[in-house]
Amino acid sequence: MTRDVARAVAWRSIHNFLSNPAFMVPAIVFPLFFFVAFAGGLSAIANTPGFDFPSGYTAFQFVFVLLQSAAFGGVFTGFAIARDFEIGFANRYLLAAQSRGGIVVGYALAALTRAFVTWTVLTVVALVAGMEVGGAGVELFGLYGLAVLVNVAATLWAAGVAMRVRSIQGGPLMQFPTFLILFLAPVYVPLSLLSGWIHAVASVNPVTALLEAGRGFISGDPTQVALAFAVAVVLPVLFALWARGGLKRAEAAG
Amino acid sequence: MSANAEERAGIEVEGLVREFKNGPRAVDGIDLRVAPGEIYGFLGPNGAGKSTTVLMLTTLLPPTSGTARVAGFDIVREGGRVRGAIGAALQEAALDPLLTGREHMRLQTALHGLPKAERTERSAELLARVGLSEAANRRVGEYSGGMKRRLDLALALAHRPSILFLDEPTTGLDIQSRSALWDEVAGLAKEGVTVFLTTQYLEEADALADRVGIIDHGKIVAEGTPAELKAEIGRPTVEAVPRDPGDQERVAQALRPFGEQCGATHRGGASVLLEGGESQLADVVRALDAEGIAIEQLQLHAPSLDDVFLAKTGRSLEGAGEDEGEAGSEEMEAVQA
Amino acid sequence: MNKSALSIQVGQLARRSVRRTLRQPAQIVPALIFPLFLLAVNSGGLKSATNLPGFPTDSYLTFALAVPFMQGALFSVMNAGTDLARDIETGFLNRLALTPLRGAALLSGLLAGAFVLGLIQAGTYLIVGLVAGAELVTGFPGALAIIALSVSITVAFGTLGLFVALRTGSGEAVQSLFPVFFVFLFISSMALPLDLLETDWFHALASANPVSYLLGAFRSLLIEGWDLGALALGFGIAATILALGMFAASAALKTRLVRT
Repeated sequence: MTRDVARAVAWRSIHNFLSNPAFMVPAIVFPLFFFVAFAGGLSAIANTPGFDFPSGYTAFQFVFVLLQSAAFGGVFTGFAIARDFEIGFANRYLLAAQSRGGIVVGYALAALTRAFVTWTVLTVVALVAGMEVGGAGVELFGLYGLAVLVNVAATLWAAGVAMRVRSIQGGPLMQFPTFLILFLAPVYVPLSLLSGWIHAVASVNPVTALLEAGRGFISGDPTQVALAFAVAVVLPVLFALWARGGLKRAEAAG
Repeated sequence: MSANAEERAGIEVEGLVREFKNGPRAVDGIDLRVAPGEIYGFLGPNGAGKSTTVLMLTTLLPPTSGTARVAGFDIVREGGRVRGAIGAALQEAALDPLLTGREHMRLQTALHGLPKAERTERSAELLARVGLSEAANRRVGEYSGGMKRRLDLALALAHRPSILFLDEPTTGLDIQSRSALWDEVAGLAKEGVTVFLTTQYLEEADALADRVGIIDHGKIVAEGTPAELKAEIGRPTVEAVPRDPGDQERVAQALRPFGEQCGATHRGGASVLLEGGESQLADVVRALDAEGIAIEQLQLHAPSLDDVFLAKTGRSLEGAGEDEGEAGSEEMEAVQA
Repeated sequence: MNKSALSIQVGQLARRSVRRTLRQPAQIVPALIFPLFLLAVNSGGLKSATNLPGFPTDSYLTFALAVPFMQGALFSVMNAGTDLARDIETGFLNRLALTPLRGAALLSGLLAGAFVLGLIQAGTYLIVGLVAGAELVTGFPGALAIIALSVSITVAFGTLGLFVALRTGSGEAVQSLFPVFFVFLFISSMALPLDLLETDWFHALASANPVSYLLGAFRSLLIEGWDLGALALGFGIAATILALGMFAASAALKTRLVRT
C-alpha cells in the first residue's frame, strides 16, 4: 500500500519535473553554475599557503556543489509540496491515499530521482573540465551515498515545513536554514585554513564532517567516514519524525 | 466641445470593431446609443465582448475600426478629455492591498487634479457615501470583497464624472452587498450620472437598467427596455398541476381556449402560452374552477431576458458563459498582453 | 500639462512607492540580512585569500564589503519589478491610466521606493561593515560617495526590473531575472581581484562584466583612496544602466499603457 502510494506520488512529481523545462532547467543549471563559478573563479585559492588538497581545487569544490545540490534539491521538493497544498492537490492525495506516509515517501523518491539527473550532468561536466579523481569505486560510492542521505534529509526537512505552513510563503523557512548550515562550513578552503568565529562554527557544524569525508572520498584519502555517515543517517531519521509531525498537522487542518 | 454639449451627450457608438492578432473579433461592429442620465445594461455571457467594449470606450484599448463618442468626445482623438469625463470600475477591483482606503482616495483625487483642500473633503464624502468611513484607515488587503467593490466605486466617482462605466461590478458579491451596490447605482442615475453597466446577471440588468443591450460573439443581438425585449419574444405561460394526477387531461382541455398548448409538465400538470398575457390569469382560474378540477399548484412563468437570449441565439444565457469560459479568458489575456 | 501637475503626480506616486516599500518587511529584511550574512560567511571563509601574492589588502572583510552593495541592487530589480508587475496583474495600472497621469511620472515615482531602499541598504551595509572592522581609507567623504554610488546603482538596476515588468506584465517573469543577475554577480571580481583570476575564460568574462568595475569603484573608496578614474567608471556605468533602463522601460510603458 505504501509502495503503491509512493510510486504514484513519485510518478507525478517526476513527470512534472521532466516535462516542464521551468522546473528541470534550473535544477541542472544552478549547480553547474555554482560549480563553474567556484571552481573557475576561485581556483587561485589553491595557491594559498597551507592548501594541499591532493586532487586539486576543482575536485575540492565539486564535493561542495554535489552536497549543496543534494540539499537544495530537497528544498525545492518542499516548494513543490507547498504548492500542492496551495492548489489543493495535496488534499487529493490525503483523501485518496490509503497510506499517507507513502505520500511523503513518494515525494522523497521523486527528489532522489531529480537529484540523480542533476548529479549525472554535474559529474560529466566536472570530468570533462579535467577534475582529478583520486578515489576508487568504493570511495566514490561513499561520496554519492552521502549525497543521497543529504538529499533525503533535506527533503524530509522541507516536507515537514511545507506540511505545516501549507503555502509557498514557507519557502524562505525551508531555504534559509539550509543555506545557513551549508555556508557555515568549509566551503572555499579546508577547515584548517579557517580562523576566528567561522572556524569555531564550522567545527561544530555537522555539514563539515560531510564535506571533509566527501573530499576524502574523492581524493582517495577517506577521513571522518564514521562521523560523516553517523550524521548522514541521524539527520534523515530526525527529519523523518519532523515530517511525520508535519503530516499529522496537515491532516488535522483538513 | 462646450459644457452644454457634454451635458447633452452620453455615449454614441458606430460600427465599433476590435480584432486581436491571430484571434477572434472580440467586438464585431456594434452600434449603440446611451442617453445622458440613463442606466444602460450590457448583458452577455463570458467572452461575448463586454469587457473589450468597455476597455475601448474608456480609452484603454484602441478600436480596430469604427467610432465612438463618450461625453461628446471622440475616444481615439480626444482620449484625455474622455478620461476627464468618465469614471470606471473595471472587472478587477484594481486596488493596492498595502494602501488604506483613505490613501487610495487621496491618490486618486490628486492624480485627477483636485485642489489639495478639496481632496480631503471629497475623499471623506465619498468614503461616507459608500459606507467605508470606519474602515478608511485600514489597509485594503484586509477588506472584504464587498468593501473592495465599494471603494472601487468611490474611486471611480472621485472627480465627479458625468459617465460611469461599471464592468461586472457585483460578480462574486453576496446578496446584501449586491443589493447595496444596486441602490448606489440607482441613486447615481437619479443624480444625472450616465451609467454603462456590463453584467452577466439577468436580474441585475432587469432590476437596474433603463435599457439593455444583449451582446453575443461580439455583436449586439437585441436592444431595448427589459419589458420591450421580453414582450417582443414571449408571452407568459401558466402551468396548472391537478391534485389528482388522473385529471391532467381535463386540465389540458380547460386551458386549451387560452392559447398554444405547451404539453404536459414534469410535475404532472399542463401548461399553455397565454395569448392575452398575464391579465388572462384570472380567467384561467375561473375556467379551472368551472370544471371542478382541484388544483395543487398554479404557476405563472413570465418571460425572462434569458428567454430573449435564447430566442436570439439559440442558447441560454445562463450556462453560455461556462461553455465559453476559455474564450472569455483568452479575450482578457489578449487584452492584457 | 503644467510643471506643477507633473510634480504632483511624481510626488503622489513617489509617496505611494515609498509607503509600499516600507510596509513590506519581506522586501526590506532579506535585502539587508542576506547580503550581510554572505559578507560574514565569505569574509570568514576566504580570509586566507589575503595571503595570495598581489591581494590588495590584508582585510578580506574590507575587500568583500563592496559586494553587498551589488547584491542590494539585485534586490532592487526584484522589488521594483515585482511591485509594478503586481499593479499590472491586479489592474491597478489601468486605474492609474484612467487619470491624467504621465508615463514619465509613473516611472519616476516608482523608482522612489528603490531610492529609499537603496539608502537604507547602503547605510546599513556601511555601518555594519565598519563596526565589524572594515577599513575606509577615504573617511567620511568616502562614506558619502559610497552611499551615492550605491543609491545610483540601486535606482539604475531598478529600471531594469521595471522594464521586465512592463514588457511581460508578470511577477514570475521578474523573479526569473534573479538567476540571470546572480550569474552576472558571480562571474566578476566578486571573490578575488581581476588579476588573481587564474582560469582564462573566467578572467575574460569577468573583465568584460560591468559589475567588476562597479565593485572596483567601491573598493577604490574602501581600500585604495580617491581614484577618480575608478569612480568615474563606476558612476558612468550606473548612469548608462539608468539611461538604458529608463529608455527601455519608457518604450515598454507606451505599449503597456496604450491609451488613446
